[in-house]
Amino acid sequence: MIPNATDLPVLKPFRPGAPLPGGELACAPTFRFPSPHSRSEWRGEGNLDTCASASAWGASAPPLTPAHAVVLVMALAIAIGIGQAAAAPAAPSILATLIKWTPLLAQGFALNIAMSFLAMGIGTVLGFVLGLALISLHRPVRGVAWFLTEFFRNSPWLVLLFYCMLLLPFELRIGDTIVPLPGWMKSTLGLSLAVMANVAELVRGAVNSIPFGQWEAAEALAFTRLQTLRMVILPQCIKRMTPPWMNLYAILTVGTPLASVVGVSEAMTLTGDILAAENRSELLVPMYLYLLLWFFLYCYPIARFTVSLERRFQVR
Amino acid sequence: MRVGPLTDSCYTIPRMTDLNPIWDWFRTLHDTTGINLTIFYDPFDRARFFNGFLTSLRLMTVCLVASVVIGVVGAWVQRARFSPLRALTQGYIQFFRNTPPLVQLYFFYFALGSYLRVTGPTGLTVPAVSNFTWAAIGLSLYAGAFNIEIFRAGIEAVPRETIEAAEALGYSRLKAYVYIILPLAFRISLPALNNNLVNLVKTTTIAYAIAVPEMLYVANQIWSDELNVPEMMNVLLVIYVSLVGLLVLVMGRWERAMRVPGYTPS
Repeated sequence: MIPNATDLPVLKPFRPGAPLPGGELACAPTFRFPSPHSRSEWRGEGNLDTCASASAWGASAPPLTPAHAVVLVMALAIAIGIGQAAAAPAAPSILATLIKWTPLLAQGFALNIAMSFLAMGIGTVLGFVLGLALISLHRPVRGVAWFLTEFFRNSPWLVLLFYCMLLLPFELRIGDTIVPLPGWMKSTLGLSLAVMANVAELVRGAVNSIPFGQWEAAEALAFTRLQTLRMVILPQCIKRMTPPWMNLYAILTVGTPLASVVGVSEAMTLTGDILAAENRSELLVPMYLYLLLWFFLYCYPIARFTVSLERRFQVR
Repeated sequence: MRVGPLTDSCYTIPRMTDLNPIWDWFRTLHDTTGINLTIFYDPFDRARFFNGFLTSLRLMTVCLVASVVIGVVGAWVQRARFSPLRALTQGYIQFFRNTPPLVQLYFFYFALGSYLRVTGPTGLTVPAVSNFTWAAIGLSLYAGAFNIEIFRAGIEAVPRETIEAAEALGYSRLKAYVYIILPLAFRISLPALNNNLVNLVKTTTIAYAIAVPEMLYVANQIWSDELNVPEMMNVLLVIYVSLVGLLVLVMGRWERAMRVPGYTPS
């Protein structure tokens, strides 16, 4: 950041304390690693890119105080109350119905969480490899990696899910062993493809944010390129990547209900089933709100934690 | 259009033909290689796929504009002196950001939509708000929540002195926001805004879930009718990747043109 380089007088003096849309990495030197494309430097998956909007996502997630919980519970209570008023007198109360179905909903939600963990794991491993390929010195490798990253980042998650769901076989035959590929596994693979591309961008962005002087210093100390990456660059990258990586996880988690569209019986599908089984229209609003609440209570702490991590890892 | 494996000789359904050589080339492609792109040579499929494409474009445009408007207005409200209003905005942002957009859409369409019904001309109750409108509302609110945060970050990057100078010149809060703060904040937050808008364009596919006849939905209908799943999937991927690529290109140009000189956050 060169505060005095502006020709727009209103913008100086720049105060480094003020949060930027560029987030913590904003303060990193502007060196760019040779890359076949400069335009995607700034562009991320929604709010998960390293440079683009690491802090725009969670810059302000106020602490979840008891007051918030009261508001949330009240919202649910009002929804229940309205439904209750509209309900036939003989039907069991809405709260009782919600409680009755909670174990089933929890099962579905557990599948959501499992899918998000698995997709994040697979996507991170693949994405790390792809991200390293993105900064490869070998031009064709870089080109292929760039194409893969852009392709999977630009395609909608739902389309990727359909792709995996319909075009993968329902079981894999490796020699004599038959590996079944259930629907949730296939959709997890679809989600992990999207995660892969985003993690690759995170890795590239993080590596590019490390001052070039460190590469030169390592070179002067006779480190090979691989050693430099492994011992100097990547350890610092991990730290920088963690907050946006967690944002990505939160986005992935709220993305898992997409699997219900392709027929995986996770929380969203089960909610639909429950509503069909109960067949009471006054249950619609409380039930969907209840499901939204589940996701909110899972994702909001993650967002809070990400913000605190961002502050702690702030590059000064 | 083929039915079963024996169709080559005798069971072929008579097809509508048109004499366009480009469309006919796709028919030849199908006959010679088996790549069945009915959306090109079958006039019916072509028409419905094109309509789906237009619906997608329409949904994307409406949501892009509406979400930016929500962002601008919300960022203004977040600076309001009236604290319950600020708390309400904050609640809206956190709720929409931390819950699945798909469930939000279901909530709007099925839950809220079940209360908003009017009696139609046939005497039956019909939804007062169409599924396209619900998709537009839901997606705009979802992306708008992110946009407010993005604009807020941009506004915070505008130096305090600038705002004070505007006040000293007798600008009202609204005028200072519209003429001084917003133009600067907009330029600063354009990169992050672009990310979010790209994400929004991709998220429009979830309108499929409430049966909005957009591209994915129509493609699904076509591959159910014609059994050409791989072809349609690839067509979809190519179209979406190029649409998003186009948006990225245009917004990147704009971003470079709008960049505040000497002020490079990344």
